Amino acid sequence: MEGLDLGPVWLSIQLATVTVLVLLVIATPLAWWLAFTRTRARAVIEAIVALPLVLPPTVLGFYLLIVLGPAGAIGGFWVQLTDTTLTFSFTGLVIASVIYSFPFAVQPLQGAFEAVGRAPLEAAATLGATPMQTFARVASPLALRGYVSAIVLGFAHTLGEFGVVLMVGGNIPGSTKVVSIAVFEHVETISYADAHILSAGLLAFSFVVLLAVYALNRRIPIGAAYV
Amino acid sequence: MSELVVDVAIEKPGFSLQVDESIALDRITALFGASGSGKTTLLRIIAGLEPTARGKVVFDGQVWQEDRGRTPAHERSTASSGSLRTARKRRFLPAHERAVGFVFQDTRLFTHLSVEGNLRFALRHGRFAAGFGTGSGIGMSEVVAALELESLLARRPASLSGGERQRVAIGRALLANPRVLLMDEPLSSLDTARKREIVSYIEALPERFAIPVLYVTHDIDEVARLSNRMLLLSAGRIAAQGGVGEILGRIDLWPSLERLEAGSVIEARVQRHDNGMTHLAFETGTLQIPAVDAVPGKVLRLRVHARDVAVATEYPQHLSIRNILPATIEKIDLDATVHADLLLGVGAQTLRARITRNALEDLGLTEGQQVHALIKSVLFEGRL
Repeated sequence: MEGLDLGPVWLSIQLATVTVLVLLVIATPLAWWLAFTRTRARAVIEAIVALPLVLPPTVLGFYLLIVLGPAGAIGGFWVQLTDTTLTFSFTGLVIASVIYSFPFAVQPLQGAFEAVGRAPLEAAATLGATPMQTFARVASPLALRGYVSAIVLGFAHTLGEFGVVLMVGGNIPGSTKVVSIAVFEHVETISYADAHILSAGLLAFSFVVLLAVYALNRRIPIGAAYV
Repeated sequence: MSELVVDVAIEKPGFSLQVDESIALDRITALFGASGSGKTTLLRIIAGLEPTARGKVVFDGQVWQEDRGRTPAHERSTASSGSLRTARKRRFLPAHERAVGFVFQDTRLFTHLSVEGNLRFALRHGRFAAGFGTGSGIGMSEVVAALELESLLARRPASLSGGERQRVAIGRALLANPRVLLMDEPLSSLDTARKREIVSYIEALPERFAIPVLYVTHDIDEVARLSNRMLLLSAGRIAAQGGVGEILGRIDLWPSLERLEAGSVIEARVQRHDNGMTHLAFETGTLQIPAVDAVPGKVLRLRVHARDVAVATEYPQHLSIRNILPATIEKIDLDATVHADLLLGVGAQTLRARITRNALEDLGLTEGQQVHALIKSVLFEGRL
């Protein structure tokens, strides 16, 4: 087990970090909309958002491979634009991870915004705060638990993904070979010692992160968003 | 004195509200009605919290919302063909651009901020916040002093009592420096002792901060205590607007006031105090009430329940009741019950009396008849 390649570990952490950042940017406005809209289209959107929860990763990966591939709608456009392919690239992995982890970010945020409710937002508006100020200074602090859950679940879920990565990203060192793939490879080549180290590391890391979050969450006040 | 013009309509499941009124806002104006009559909805429309409300809201010449060049009826007929055009024609200032302060029934203090944080939030975003014109309006120290918030500043809203929360909420609304303060049943969740405490703060607001108040309540005692003028809202329509005494005396409005303790509000001047009683000069006689702390010459507002007023055709002898005033029966209203409601003219003011139909027939009372009004008890409401 001399010279264990830690590249996949860093790649996984990079992928999860970028994925979480992208998720926050996309999921927050959508979760806000879902929490406060009164249209009937809401149920349709909620169902679509939840799809990655129930679809086998291979099915999701298969469709992503088609769409992101050089012949696909998005992939083809990407090739024209950058002369590189989306599939089997880090960027492609980010897109796939964002879609795969989407419900894990949207649902806690939506729940948190719904718990905040309209009441404090209306109060802020009558005090002269613009919608953006209200979002930043009232809704977001009150929905802090939702953000923490979204970040942690998004991060952890991305770290743990395997099927989608294998379909879309393959196994290219430094580019798409994330830690779950590396473990799989070590097992296939019967390098159990290396598989052990990576797996135990991932296990310990996941436990520490979750422990920190649950400990922290106890200190974030929850309950009525206003009194 | 400010003027608020509201010509608005809103449809909600099982409820519609249509109001076309010009409201003169001076000191505290009560918006009164039974629950479900649309008081809160009307207040929310004024504040800009009901985006689906059609029509016009103008405060002191400043247009807060307006459906330009279209009557609601015309709008309905073209809604299918040109909803986009209608939308473009519409002017709607969102709540944060209207100079209103809103005190919610449930206070809505921000739990993630301290009391001071809540107050500073209003200062920071209100009408005199940086970049929002010049001038310095109502300041922190002024509000903290007026509502006695000093000892609460570091506390969290969740740790406050109901009365304390409401005081903070009022202070917060004032610090946004609104031009009109809208209060939505601020006392309804408080017990009687707390109510009395908060009422005295509210009473002092218009003068102390030079701001008119539109005060929603379904409690006639609060109306009598706090306001000179009132609007009566009934099933989504304004049934009447005017002086409190005048409206409570109008017999045609009694159905709208039905659920309430029927009564009247009168005014009288303090004459002298003796034997633990205060003597009040009334236009057509004097009244005695248990001593009230007010100097002679002060005008007091009093409330008299209709059931506490009896009527005699001759001046009664050997009677324990001290307060007897000559009166004229202006109107007799027979409802479906065993009661008859009388509207009595006492000088320029009016008193309501509720007697039984039997009594009415036995005494042979008719409209225009001279009688004596026997007042069993008088409730002191406030100084004017």
